[in-house]
Amino acid sequence: MSPAGIAQAVPQGVEYVRILPEIVLSVSGMVIMVLDPLVDERGSQKLLGLIGLIGSVAAIAATLYQSQYPGLGFWGMVKVDAFSTFFHALVTAIAAVVILSSYEYMEVQRIRAGEYYGLILFGAVGMCLMSSAVELVLIFIALEISSISTYVLAGFRRRAAISSEASLKYFLLGSFATAFFLYGVALMFGATGSTSIAVIGEALRSNRIPVLAYAGVAFMFVGLGFKVAAAPFHVWTPDVYEGAPAPVVGFMSTAPKAAAFAVLLRVMFEANAPGRLGLIWVTAALSMTLGNVGALVQQNVKRLLAYSSIAHAGYLLVAFAALPNNGIPAAMFYTASYAAMNVGAFAVVSHLAGAGERFVTLDDYAGLGRRSPLLAATLTIFLLSLIGIPMTGGFFAKFYVFSAALQANLIGLTIIGVLNSAVGAYYYLRIIVMMYMREAREEVPAAIPVSPALGVALALSVAATLYLGLLPGKILAYASRSAAELLR
Amino acid sequence: MNLHPMDLDRWSPIILTLVTFIPLAGALLLLLLPRRHRDIRVFSLVVTLLTFVLSLHLPVHFHRAALAGFQYEFDRSWIPTPNIHYHMGVDGISMWLVVLTTFLTPLCVLISWKSIDERVKEFFIILLVLETALIGVFVSLDLFLFYFFWEATLIPMALLIGMYGHGRKVYAAVKFFLYTMIASVFMLAAILWLYAKVGTFDFVTIQNAIRSGQVAGFTSAAQWLFLGFFVAFAVKVPLFPFHTWLPDAHVEAPTAGSVLLAGVLLKMGTYGMLRFNLGLFPDQARANAWWVMILALIGIVYGALVALVQPNMKKLIAYTSVSHLGFVVLGIFSFTQAGLDGATFVMLAHGVSTGALFMLAGALYERRHNYDISEFGGLATSMPVYASFFLFIVLASVGLPLLNGFVGEFLVLSGAFQARAVYGILGATGVIWSAGYLLWMYQRVFFGKITHPVNERLPDLDLREQIALLPAAAAALVMGVAPLLWLNAIDPAVQTALAPFAELASKVVGQ
Repeated sequence: MSPAGIAQAVPQGVEYVRILPEIVLSVSGMVIMVLDPLVDERGSQKLLGLIGLIGSVAAIAATLYQSQYPGLGFWGMVKVDAFSTFFHALVTAIAAVVILSSYEYMEVQRIRAGEYYGLILFGAVGMCLMSSAVELVLIFIALEISSISTYVLAGFRRRAAISSEASLKYFLLGSFATAFFLYGVALMFGATGSTSIAVIGEALRSNRIPVLAYAGVAFMFVGLGFKVAAAPFHVWTPDVYEGAPAPVVGFMSTAPKAAAFAVLLRVMFEANAPGRLGLIWVTAALSMTLGNVGALVQQNVKRLLAYSSIAHAGYLLVAFAALPNNGIPAAMFYTASYAAMNVGAFAVVSHLAGAGERFVTLDDYAGLGRRSPLLAATLTIFLLSLIGIPMTGGFFAKFYVFSAALQANLIGLTIIGVLNSAVGAYYYLRIIVMMYMREAREEVPAAIPVSPALGVALALSVAATLYLGLLPGKILAYASRSAAELLR
Repeated sequence: MNLHPMDLDRWSPIILTLVTFIPLAGALLLLLLPRRHRDIRVFSLVVTLLTFVLSLHLPVHFHRAALAGFQYEFDRSWIPTPNIHYHMGVDGISMWLVVLTTFLTPLCVLISWKSIDERVKEFFIILLVLETALIGVFVSLDLFLFYFFWEATLIPMALLIGMYGHGRKVYAAVKFFLYTMIASVFMLAAILWLYAKVGTFDFVTIQNAIRSGQVAGFTSAAQWLFLGFFVAFAVKVPLFPFHTWLPDAHVEAPTAGSVLLAGVLLKMGTYGMLRFNLGLFPDQARANAWWVMILALIGIVYGALVALVQPNMKKLIAYTSVSHLGFVVLGIFSFTQAGLDGATFVMLAHGVSTGALFMLAGALYERRHNYDISEFGGLATSMPVYASFFLFIVLASVGLPLLNGFVGEFLVLSGAFQARAVYGILGATGVIWSAGYLLWMYQRVFFGKITHPVNERLPDLDLREQIALLPAAAAALVMGVAPLLWLNAIDPAVQTALAPFAELASKVVGQ
C-alpha cells in the first residue's frame, strides 16, 4: 500500500530485531499464560512473577541490542530510532518495577492469579509498539493491545465492586476514545491519502492543508488525550485510579501515558500536524488547573494522585506547545521522571493499603513518620519530586518544560503552569504534613515490614528520581539527540 | 599575610565544598547510627564543631586587600543542558554569613540537647541538612545552584517547625512553606529569563553581560526582573507587609529552629537583595529605593510597636526581628558605604544576639512551658546567672555602645542620613523603640517580686546551657569592641557592590 521503500515482500532477519523487545515480551507473557494452569496455585505467584520480571528485564536488554540496528521494518510500519529506544526502555523498566512491587500486594490481597503478570507484559508490548510504530493503523492496533490489557488489570480486585466499576468505566470510555482516534486516522487518510506518518508529514508540509487534516488531528488528539488523562477528557481518571489495584495504577498512570505521549509526539511533530498549538494550549491550561484544583479537596490518596496525574499531563502538554527542538526533549524527560516518582509513590501506597485496600485515606497516613520512618522518607522524596523541589527529577522536568515554553514565548501558558505548581505544592504537602506532624489513629495497624521485592522497587524508584534530579544531563542529551533525529 | 602558600593552594579550592557538605555527610552517617540519643547528640555536636573550625579557614586566609571578585572559588560544569555550573566562592559579605551559620549551629545542637527527647535522630538529621542548605545559599555563585540551595532550606525548616514545634505548629509550618515557596517561584522566573537571554547561570558572567549592555531586551524587562528577585527576598526578610508568616513560625518553632530562622534564614533575604537586586539591577534598585526604604521604615517602627504590646516573650523577640531587619534593608538601599557596611554588620550582630535571645527564651520555656511575660516576674532573684546573661544580650540587642548592636545600627543610620536626612531621623526612632520594648520586657520578667510561686524554685542555667550561651555573649562583646575585625573584610566587598552607584558612594564617611 505505501509505495516507496518496500523492495522486498518478505521481512528480513534484521527486521525481526526491530521488534525484538515486543517478541521477548509476548513470548514471556505467553509462557506465563501457559504455565498458569499447570503450576500449583499457591506457588504460582512467585514463579510466574519471576518469569514476568525476567521477561521485562530481557526486554530491556533486547531494547539495548535493538538500538544498534536503527531503521525501518515491516513494510515501513515500525521504526527503530533513538526516540523509540527511549520509550521502549522506559516502558519495560516501568513494567519490571511494577512487577517487583506487585508481589507483596498480590499476597496481601490474596489475589492468586498468575495471568496478572502476563497482562502487564502484554500491555507493555502494546506500549512499546506504540512508540516504534510509524503507521497510524499499527499505532491503533498497538493502542488497543495496551488498552485492553489495562482494562482487565483495572478490574483485578474481583471481589471489590469498586474495582469492577473502574474496569467497566475505563473500558466503555476507553473504547469510545479509541474510536475517536480511529476516526481521526480515517480522516487523515482521506486528507492525505496515506496512513504512514512520514508520507503524511510530507503531504502536510505543502502550503495548502486540507480542512479534513485539521479534523483528523483533532479527533486523534481526543483519543490520545483520553489515554494521557488530559482535561477535558479526564473524568474517568479519579474513579478508575480509586478502584484499580494500587500497583496497577502505578503502571497505568505512567507506562501507557508515556506511550501515548510518544505517539502524540510523533503525530504532532513528525507528521507536522496542523492547528496543534491552539488545541494543546487549551488542553494544557485546563488539565493543569482542573487537576490541581480537584486534588485540593481529596481525602483519598489514590484519588489525590489521580488528580495530580491530570495536572502532570497538563505540564507535559506545555512542552508540546513549545518549539519542537526543545519541546520534545523536555516532554521525554518529563515522562521519564514522572514515571520514576509516580511508580514509586504508588508502590508505597500499595504497601500501606493493606488487605482490601482499606487504608488509602489521608488520615491513614497520619503518624507514618513515626511508625515507619524509612517508608515515610521514601514517600516524601516522591512527593517532593511531584511538587518539583530541586534535587529531584520532578524539578528538572518542570524546569525543562517551562524554559522550553519561555523560549517559544508562551508566557501566558508558563505563568498558568507556574501558578499551578504553587497550588500543587499544597496538596502534596498535606500528605507530608500528615505523615510527620499528626499522630496516628488507633485503628491503623502496626507497620508491616516491606518485602525485599518491594524494597528493591522502591530503591530503584528513589535512585531514578534522585539521579534525574542531580545529574539530568545524560538523559536530556539523549532526548535531545533523539528529538533531532525525529525532526530530520 | 602569615600563611604558607602551600596551605592555601591545597585547601582553598575545596574549602567551601567541604564546609558546605560536611554537615550533609554527617546527616547521612547519622542515618546509620543506632538510635541511642546520647551518641546522636554527641556526634551532631562533633560534626557541627568540625564544620565551624573548618569554616574559620575562610576569614583566616581571606585576602582583605583584594578589592574585586570572589575568593576560594571553585567552578566546574555540573549539568551541560541547561548550562549549570557548580560554582562556589565568597566575598567579605557572604564569608561572614557562612561563619555565622557554622557558629550558630553547634549552639543549636547544645540548646536542643534536652529539649528534644523524641525523634532525636530525625531532629539532628534535619538540623544538619538545614546547615548544608544554608551555607550553600551563601557560597553559590551560580544562580541555579543558589536557587537549588534556597529551596532546599525550606523543607528542613518546615519539618523542624511542624514536627518539633508546639501549639499550632502544623499551621505555622505550612504557612511558612507556602509563603516562601510561592514567592521564590517569581525569582525562578526571573532567573530563567536571564538564562534564556545570556545562556548561563553564572552570576559574574550575567553581571558583566548586563553591565556591558549585551542582554537583549533587558531595559524593558529589568523592572520585572528586579521585582521577581525582590519579592522572593522581601518575603524571606521579611519586609513589611510580607511579614505575617514570621511570628507564627517563630512562636511555634522549637528553640533551635527559631535560632536558625532568625539568625540565618532571614539573612538569606537581605543577602539576596544585596547580592542580586543591587548586583544585577543597580538602576532599578535606585529607581525603586524610595518605596523600599519607606517599607523598611514602616517595618522598623511597626515591628517595634507591635513588639511593645506582645504578651508572649517569643512573639516579642520575633517582632524585634521585623524591626531589626528593617534596618538592614534601610542600609542596603541607602547605597552608601556606611549604610551597606552597617547593613552587613547588623545581619551578623542580629544573628548572634537574636539567636541568643531565642536560646534564652527557650531555656525558660523548658522550665515553665510557657512564654507569657505575665507568668514571670522577679526571676532575677531565683535565676541570677540567667538574668545576667539575659541582660547582657538585651543590651547588645538594643545597641549599647561597645556591644555588637551599636556598630551596625550607627553605620546604617549614618548611611540613611546621607541618602536622605528624614530616613535617618525616622530610622533612629527605631533604636529608641527597641530600647523600650526589650528593657520593658526585661523589667517585667526579672525585676520586682516573684508573682507566681512556681518561679521561686526555677533552676538556674546549667553548665550545658551556659556553654551554649557563652560563645554568643562573647561574640556580642568582641564584635562591639573590635568591629574592624569584621569590617575590614566587609568593606572591600561593599565597595565592589557599590561600584555602579559611583556618585552616591563618593559621599563616604569612614568608620
